Amino acid sequence: MARNFVPQIITANDLFEGDVIYLKADGTWARDIAEAHIADSAEQVETMLKTAYGQQGSIVGAYAMKIEIDADGKPAPDHFREEFRTRGPSNYFHGKQADTKQIGA
Amino acid sequence: MYAYSEFDETFVRNRVAQFRSQVERRIDGSLTEDEFKPLRLMNGLYLQLHAYMLRVAVPYGTLNSRQMNQLAYIADKWDKGYGHFTTRQNIQFNWPKLRDVPEILEALADVEMHAIQTSGNCIRNVTADHFSGAAADEIEDPRPTAELLRQWSTDHPEFQFLPRKFKIAITGAPNDRAVTKAHDIGLRMVRNEAGEPGYEVIVGGGLGRTPMVGKTMREFLPKADLLPYLEAILRVYNLNGRRDNKYKARIKILVHETGTDEIRALIEEAFIEQKKFFQAPPAALVEGLEAAFAPPLFDNTQSLAFDHAQIENAAFRSFVETNVAEHKNPAYGIVSVSLKPVGGTPGDATSDQMRVLAELALKYGHDELRVSHEQNIILPHVRKADIPAVYAALKEAGLGTANIGLLSDIIACPGMDYCALATARSIPIAQEIAVRFDELKLEREIGPLKIKISGCINACGHHHVGHIGILGLDKAGVENYQITLGGDGTETATIGERTGPGFAAEDLIPAIEAIIQTYLDIREAEDETFLQAYRRVGVAPFKAAIYKDETNARAA
Repeated sequence: MARNFVPQIITANDLFEGDVIYLKADGTWARDIAEAHIADSAEQVETMLKTAYGQQGSIVGAYAMKIEIDADGKPAPDHFREEFRTRGPSNYFHGKQADTKQIGA
Repeated sequence: MYAYSEFDETFVRNRVAQFRSQVERRIDGSLTEDEFKPLRLMNGLYLQLHAYMLRVAVPYGTLNSRQMNQLAYIADKWDKGYGHFTTRQNIQFNWPKLRDVPEILEALADVEMHAIQTSGNCIRNVTADHFSGAAADEIEDPRPTAELLRQWSTDHPEFQFLPRKFKIAITGAPNDRAVTKAHDIGLRMVRNEAGEPGYEVIVGGGLGRTPMVGKTMREFLPKADLLPYLEAILRVYNLNGRRDNKYKARIKILVHETGTDEIRALIEEAFIEQKKFFQAPPAALVEGLEAAFAPPLFDNTQSLAFDHAQIENAAFRSFVETNVAEHKNPAYGIVSVSLKPVGGTPGDATSDQMRVLAELALKYGHDELRVSHEQNIILPHVRKADIPAVYAALKEAGLGTANIGLLSDIIACPGMDYCALATARSIPIAQEIAVRFDELKLEREIGPLKIKISGCINACGHHHVGHIGILGLDKAGVENYQITLGGDGTETATIGERTGPGFAAEDLIPAIEAIIQTYLDIREAEDETFLQAYRRVGVAPFKAAIYKDETNARAA
């Protein structure tokens, strides 16, 4: 990993459901942040964003987000807003936290 | 209630058909997101943090039972079985799917509802006193005017691309329940020396990033001059409002930067021009609107049931104290149904609750319901003799909370639990405050108190006009909450004063407790309200109470 480079992943919302999605290594999208591909260089971020922008027909609002890497080597949000996006609202058990069957689908 | 004319019906159905085609074209790739976004926003469809959100207009907050039942149906069929009533008297569905939205809009059109102009830089849904047509203190029901404004502003070709969004609020009563002084235009019905009703026109109020109390442009405007005068205001704004900076684009900034007298002169000048060409709406239309909002046929039969129930049932007495307001007909009461159960989400109602409300409106309430900007539902015309039965049914449905106007009747925007613009969460803060003070059992002793919470600077939660206002911010990656005190959204509108540095979520509830305790300690009598006490002593004793241990305060 290049020095001073903060690892990033690409996130967006699904066009049809609006659900939060993360770009995987194969260029498809996961609902679970754990499956997101971690870019380890600025060049890779650019390439992945291009892949994302090429899929405007099924996604909305792609952007690169900085992450931390957890003990299992998986990406973890470094800000509360992104943490909420991995889960859903706090007042009801709705969204991702409830739709477990979708995770990894 | 107003029923759609053939014109309204055709217009709304056409918009649904257009949007259906736009959605299809977005899905088949003919439209990019950049092209589609303004189109979906024109139809009330936002993309939020976790899902789409559909904002449905409730014109001047008025609904009938059929409409409320349809909202329940939509919640069940296309959402997650609930809806969120907002501070703009609208309802939002938090989980619609893009492909379903045209169907939802069609279902709304079936009951004369839509989501048009609930977003974008146009004239938004006109809000009104939620007690309109029922309040004892009212000069006239302002809703015929509100409906006229709805018709006038819907798709008005000159005002579709204003510098920024534009909100009009209207009240027919001297006690302002519609926060008219914090709107782009506020209209307050007043009488002139001859006793004729007209409007005080207030311009340039607003909350958000730069909160301002509106300035009176006309002390008295005859009703017949209302539309040309409003067109003059809008025209001056459209031509002179700032388009270079989104944050300075609201009319309040124009009024502030130009000066009240100067802007008034510009409006008066435009008004003279406007009047020359203005074609007044046909008399039949105006009369039709008056007739559409004519009061229901009241049943004046006297009954002691209401008084007896209060003697026999302490819980009912308590409900009446807070949730029943004086009706212009002494045999009737205005029942406010709290959507703020302790620990609940302010403004949320389940589909079952919506159906109960619809049924009660139909059975006991002359088929009328209102949404208040304080995120509650009103049954404006209930015979006093029927209020005990209404209360029993509400209680059964989890809608019997007796807290209107008290501490736990909290306004909270959706905040970062839903909103893409939010900088922090609001709902959990509202829940924690309500739960904590429920444990303390102090709510009744504290008396009238308005707590209002916004999850970002845009102030959908009206925090600036809360007696206690809370603003959630992102402070270096942690949710942080600033407190303002002494705000007031009524006819004595005041912007609250910031106490100082904000608080982390875990320190906020103790700070609110300290503020309340300070009030209880300093009040001169039990009936001196929080706001009165604050106005007497100022912010100092409250600051002393919450910042006494400076290590707890996080720098803002």
